[in-house]
Formats: sequence, structure tokens, C-alpha cells
Amino acid sequence: MERFAKMFERVDQTTGINEKIAAMAEYFRQEPIEEKIWAVLLLRGRIKQTPLTSRALRASFARLSQAPQWLLDECYAHVGDTGETLALLMSSGIMKLGGGTQERSLHQWLTEECPGLRQLDDQSLDDKLLQFWSSTRPEHRFLLNKILTGAFRVGVSDRLVLKALAQSSGESEAVWHQWLLGKSERDFEELKRVFLGQAPRRETLQAVPFCLAAPLDNAFFESEQPESYFAEWKWDGIRAQIIKKADKVWIWSRGEDMITESFPEIAQMAGSWPEDTILDGEMLVWGDDHPKDFHLLQRRLGRSKITSAILKEAPATFVAYDFLHLNGEDLTHLPLELRRRHLERFVGENPRDRLRLSPLISFQSWQELKNLQQTARERGAEGLMLKRKSADYTGGRKRGVWWKFKVEPYTLDAVLLYAQAGSGKRSNLFTDYTFALWRDQELVPFAKAYSGLDNKEIEELDRWIRRNTKEKFGPVRSLNLEQVFEIAFEGIAPSPRHKSGIAVRFPRILRWRKDKKPPDADRLEDAWKLIAAPV
Amino acid sequence: MNLVELTNEGLYCSAGDFYIDPWRPVERALITHGHADHARMGADQYFCTPTCEPILRHRLGQDIRLTAKRYGEKFQLGNAYVSFHPAGHVLGSAQVRIEVGGEVWVISGDYKRSPDPSCEPFEVVPCDVFISEATFALPVYSWPTSASLAREILEWWNSYPEGPSLLFGYAFGKTQRILAELVKLTDRTIYLHGACHELTKIYRASGVELSPTELVSEQTKDFDFSGQLILAPPSAHRSAWMKRFKAPQTAFASGWMQIRGNRRRRGYERGFVMSDHADWQDLISTIQDTGARRIFLTHGSTEVLQRYLNEELRLDARPLLTQFEGEAEA
Ligand SMILES: [Zn+2]
Ligand SMILES: [Zn+2]
Repeated sequence: MERFAKMFERVDQTTGINEKIAAMAEYFRQEPIEEKIWAVLLLRGRIKQTPLTSRALRASFARLSQAPQWLLDECYAHVGDTGETLALLMSSGIMKLGGGTQERSLHQWLTEECPGLRQLDDQSLDDKLLQFWSSTRPEHRFLLNKILTGAFRVGVSDRLVLKALAQSSGESEAVWHQWLLGKSERDFEELKRVFLGQAPRRETLQAVPFCLAAPLDNAFFESEQPESYFAEWKWDGIRAQIIKKADKVWIWSRGEDMITESFPEIAQMAGSWPEDTILDGEMLVWGDDHPKDFHLLQRRLGRSKITSAILKEAPATFVAYDFLHLNGEDLTHLPLELRRRHLERFVGENPRDRLRLSPLISFQSWQELKNLQQTARERGAEGLMLKRKSADYTGGRKRGVWWKFKVEPYTLDAVLLYAQAGSGKRSNLFTDYTFALWRDQELVPFAKAYSGLDNKEIEELDRWIRRNTKEKFGPVRSLNLEQVFEIAFEGIAPSPRHKSGIAVRFPRILRWRKDKKPPDADRLEDAWKLIAAPV
Repeated sequence: MNLVELTNEGLYCSAGDFYIDPWRPVERALITHGHADHARMGADQYFCTPTCEPILRHRLGQDIRLTAKRYGEKFQLGNAYVSFHPAGHVLGSAQVRIEVGGEVWVISGDYKRSPDPSCEPFEVVPCDVFISEATFALPVYSWPTSASLAREILEWWNSYPEGPSLLFGYAFGKTQRILAELVKLTDRTIYLHGACHELTKIYRASGVELSPTELVSEQTKDFDFSGQLILAPPSAHRSAWMKRFKAPQTAFASGWMQIRGNRRRRGYERGFVMSDHADWQDLISTIQDTGARRIFLTHGSTEVLQRYLNEELRLDARPLLTQFEGEAEA
């Protein structure tokens, strides 16, 4: 672990991207294959069966150290990270430990020491962990704890790991991406072949860089002509490209995640498409003629298995709006008008139960379009998209090709109810807030927000929170009811899973309403009024 | 009747009619040390230690009325016998011992126990009531020695000959402590931001041995800072002042650097865990060492320490809401 720790230290102690990559690449060049594989899995957070839960680790530490539980809880809340808190506490002498020097490789830790920890009873687990901690050098205990809990989010993005692998091997980032796609410790043997250079170098099926929309500015309507643009509804779904090639289907989200496994019904449908086809569009759950609750699809992401119950309750539909490849032909250089014609023909010729065409909105003048935009919410859309008919499909953020014309967000004034420390960079500031609305004489939580304040305000609020804590429940603090915030959000829908009965989409703090007191905050009825007629 | 009480002006001793580190203008002020939250303008008369005097005059004005009293020298104010004792915090820092009719109170000011070549070492003063700071009162805080930190700083500095090494830390206390540690390891010149200059001069005049220093602002425009160490206050981080350094590596010396998230949030590449306050263990052992029956806590995480002293050590401890600020997180 020594060399892994050194590499981690180098990565951690620089803010320069290139130095981070260089440190990892150097490590990859020197390590034996097993070490490399574990390092990659750890850095990318791809260990599926973590040796222990954070909770189990904390419980064992509490038993071993015999420190009061409340004191440990204070420390976790302050530091914001279990592995780090425990490592700090061990160095502070709250628990006497030898400063061990026993060196184990990552491979030894993960294949010899860690398996089976979950099955141990308390006493045996404590013995084992005490032996681990005592025999590990103090400066490595943080990493050991991270390995034990698998919670290895330490500020290196997936991209950087791939770049480092590319730099150390001569294979491209894209090839590595393909090789490592969806791989966990369960694919160890396959990963070994990859690192031995025995894996087939498959052609990568990367998504085409997504064409992104810029928000409309005021000058737009003065300088542009209505007849140069297509208008479509802007759907609030999951933006995705579907790729059919070599008899396989890949679905990529805009965040460059592979989401094929989350949408088996769509993948099955696309399996019948002609060879080398790429469509761009939006994944939605479609009702009669409107999309339905956005939560239904969000829930699919991050699940390992999509059950038939989910498929039945909320089947996905792909609403297509662009055509990038057809029968191996690259269409991205064609003007949108032509791509659209190809797309219409394609949708007409292929099975349509899970595939729809994003309809074009006809309009004569900008004024007419602005009036239509006002009806977006009733149609389950969050605004309009305007796309220049003559433009090719330019990935990246080239302005002036696609525009989004969003309706104003909803806003409500809500009372700050709870606060919790953030994670990562904000680990010892209170930055995760829960806001509440009135129901009769009671405040009911309705939204959580993490962003919207600037650093100064965050620090000011943090100080206020520390002085105005009523009670602590683990890391959560309940607060004196004094602060009112204006909360903005994009969507709102009934949700029996939430105590308030509603769920909001993309909530964020718009401003700190220091001019208002809790009695001035909005009521839950006000939120219900925002929910459009059921669709 | 308490010997020392909290008033709107600050901590007040009625038997001697004086204040300790008051935050409003008063007649008589005893000053524990020169940090801004402890030494404020406007008192008619100040009392402090001889090494604190030049610092106080520099910060509050050369013409303030000031009486210097040596460490351990007993003097009478009203019915109170008063003396200063080293606090180990910064040069000239003191605990204030007050004795009235056989009862002894000690106000710690800010203090630390770890060795620091730039100031007088802490001295335990037995007392009945101890008013302690609690800036870093969580068990996650435990300090490495500053000698080992100095070696780390030197290594960090030497590892980057390609560009300047910018180390941020308080202009008063931290800067001089670093200079006093580094001089034991190297005779190289260290460059200073203007804000660190005057106090460094005062330390040197008081006989503290420091690394040779020069001012950044006195170098020629084309001076190459590659491979040099530069000390600056945290307020200079990401300011226009930093523009004159090409591709610097940056670090911050502070107790808050104990927590990774803090360093990352502040955008420093490296954090050196160096504080002029006591860590958790030292707070607890100091409180125990004084033998005090009652403890009052100021600065920072008072609730945690209070509960620990109450429940685990069965000591009578309570918070005191002062306006002292501890180690700012800048
Ligand atoms: Zn101080
Ligand atoms: Zn202080």
C-alpha cells in the first residue's frame, strides 16, 4: 500500500490536473497488474461488495475506544467523513495503537484480509480491526479505512483515471473507457486480460458529443427570424443518445454515463434498428399525450436491476429529436432540416411503441411562440427549444445553434428547518439544508437544497447554525425557526413517498430572505396550487 | 460573588477595577497578547508583558499609556494581586493570575503547550477557577511538533525549484514561528509579504533568532522567485498580490488544515497542521494540571469540551460567551 499511498498523496497535494494525471500514470507504469487493477477500481469507486459499511466500522471503533458515543458523533459531524475521522481520532491518542509498519499490498488487503469481515461477530470484528489499525502506519490509516468502507471519493474524476491509463499504456482514453465499462472486482479475471494486453481492442461506441442549448438572451428575438427556426417542447427527461452497432445497443446519457442497463425495453427495441444508427433525444415516461412524473425515471438510474414491476409501472419512451448516424452514414454535417426529414421517415418505418417523434410546434411570429411558451407547464414541458434549421450538429457549446427558452422557475418562501454538514470540499461547513412550509401550525419539510448561496453567505449561515442548534440527531441539527429562504425549483408533482405529499425538482436557494420571518413563509396549500391539472 | 464577570465591555474584575482583553473602551485593560481580538483600542491604560509591549504599541499606537510587568511579577490593583504568566501562544503572550483574599483565578487568554522557539513556554499556574480557551476542542485535533513540520515545510520548499513556494499563515505569530523553526535547518533567505514585516522586526529586536528575510516588494521587477520560499498572510491568497508569482505552489499553515475538506475548500495544495492554540489533549491536561474546581470556556467548540469535562471528568465547567475569535478560517 506504501506506493499507492505515495501516489494518492501526490494526487491529493496538487490542484494541477496534469500533475494528478502524471502521478497516477507513473504509478500505473510501475505496479504489478493486480495492484493496478485494485487501484483503478478504488479510484473509480467501482468496488461493488465493500468489505464493511461505515456504520459497522464506526460501531467497532466505538467499542474499541470506549469513547462516549456523543463525542464520536460530534467528530463525524465536524469532519464529515468516517474514514478520515477515525484516522484522526487514532492519531490523537483517544485509542492507544501501536505505530505498525506491516506492509500489505492492495491485493492482499482486498483478497486476503477484507473478505469475510461482514460475516464476523462483533468481538471477532473488533479483534481483526484492532490488528489492522495497529499494524498499519498511522499515515496510511485513512486510506485503509477508505478501502474498508469502499467509500473512495477522493477528488479524482473518472476522466483523469482514464487519461492516466492512456498516458501509461499508449492505448487511447476511449479504448480504456470501453475496456473498463461497467467493470467491478467481479470481473477481475477479465480485467487481468485487459492489463496483460490480451483483451480485444473493440471499436469504441462513444456517444457523439452532445449538442447543447444556450439560454435565450434578450437580443435573440430582435436579431433572429422565426422562419429560420424549429421549435419543440423542452422535455424534462433524461437526455440520451441510442447507438445501434455491431448488433449491440448502447445508451449514453448526457453525463457520459452508460445507461443501457437502466432501460432494457428501449435497448430491446433499438436492437431491431438498422446497423450503425445513432439517435438523439429524451428518455421519458409517456402518459396519454404528456410525459409523466419525472421521478419515475430518475429512480431507475443507479439501480442494479430493473424489475418487471418497474417496467410495468413506468415504461420508458424515447422521444427522438435528432438523427446522427443512419446505416453507417454520418449525418451530423447535414443541416437540421434534412436530418429532421430522415428522422421522420425513420420513426415512420420502425416500431413505435417505445419510440416517438418530438413534435414540431408551428408558429408564425415570435409573439405567438412566447404565448405558447406560457403553456409549457400544462403540457408537462419545462419550456421550449429553438433550433436553427440550417445548422449542422455541433457538439459542445457552440452558441447560436440550439437555444432553450425555459419558463421561469417556481418559487416559494420556506423556513430553514434542519442543517447537515456537506461532504468533500464542504465537509466541515453546514451546507445541506432542509426547508419547510406551513401546514396549519406545523412546519412540514418539503425540499432539500445544497446550492444557491455564495461562499460568504454559506459561512455566515454556518455560524448562525452553530449558535442556533436546538437538537442534534446524528449529523443532522434541528434549528431555531428564524430564517426564511426563497426556494426555486423546476417541477412539482404529487408524491406519496414524501411527508409533504409533494416532490420538487432541482430545488435551490434563490435568495436569503432576511426581510422575512417564519410566519411570512408560504403554506403547503400554496405548493399544491402550483401543481398543474393532473396529466 | 465571582472574581471575574462578563460585562458588555468584556471580562471584568471588580475587586481590582480592571478588564482583561476588553472589546470596548475602558479605563484599565490587562492584555493577554497582541492579536486583534484580544488587544483593542481605546483603553486609558494598558498592562502587559515587556515582550508584548512593542507589539501593542505597534498595533495600537506608540503613545498609548502602557505599564509593562515581567512574567511572575506580582502587582496590586485595588484589592487584587495580579501577575502575568507565559501562555506559549505568541511572543509576550500571558495568562493573567488574579488573587483576592486567598482565591485564585487564572484567565488563560490563548495558549498552547507544544514547543515554539519564537515565544516563552507555557507555565501551569495552579488556581481555583480557570478560564480556558477552547478553539480546537475536538479530539480530531492533535498537533504534530513544529520541528517536524519545519522539516516538512523545508522538504516541500526544496521539492519545487521550478517556481515560487507561497506559504500562507498569520502575519503575527505563525510567520515568526516558521522563521524561528526554519533557521535551525537552513540559512537561506526567506521572502516576506509586507504585512509580515513589522512584527518580524519586533521579534528580532526582542532577541528571537529568525531566518534572514527580505521583502517581496523590495525586489526588482524582474526578480526570479523560482525556488524561493515566500511567507504571506491568508488574506493575500488569490489576491492581486499573487499575480507577480508565476506558477507558484501554495500551502497554508493552520490548525484547520487537520481536516482535508478545509484545505480543498480553500484551494490550497498543501496544508501544514500548525496551530498556536492547544489541541484537545493539551486542553484537557492543562485544565486538569491547574487543579481548578471550576472552569469557564471561551472561543470555539465550548459545548463539546464542556460536556466532556462535566460528564467524563466530573468537573464543573460552563461556557462564557466572549467575543474572542480563535483561529480564523481564512
Ligand atoms: Zn491569539
Ligand atoms: Zn483568541
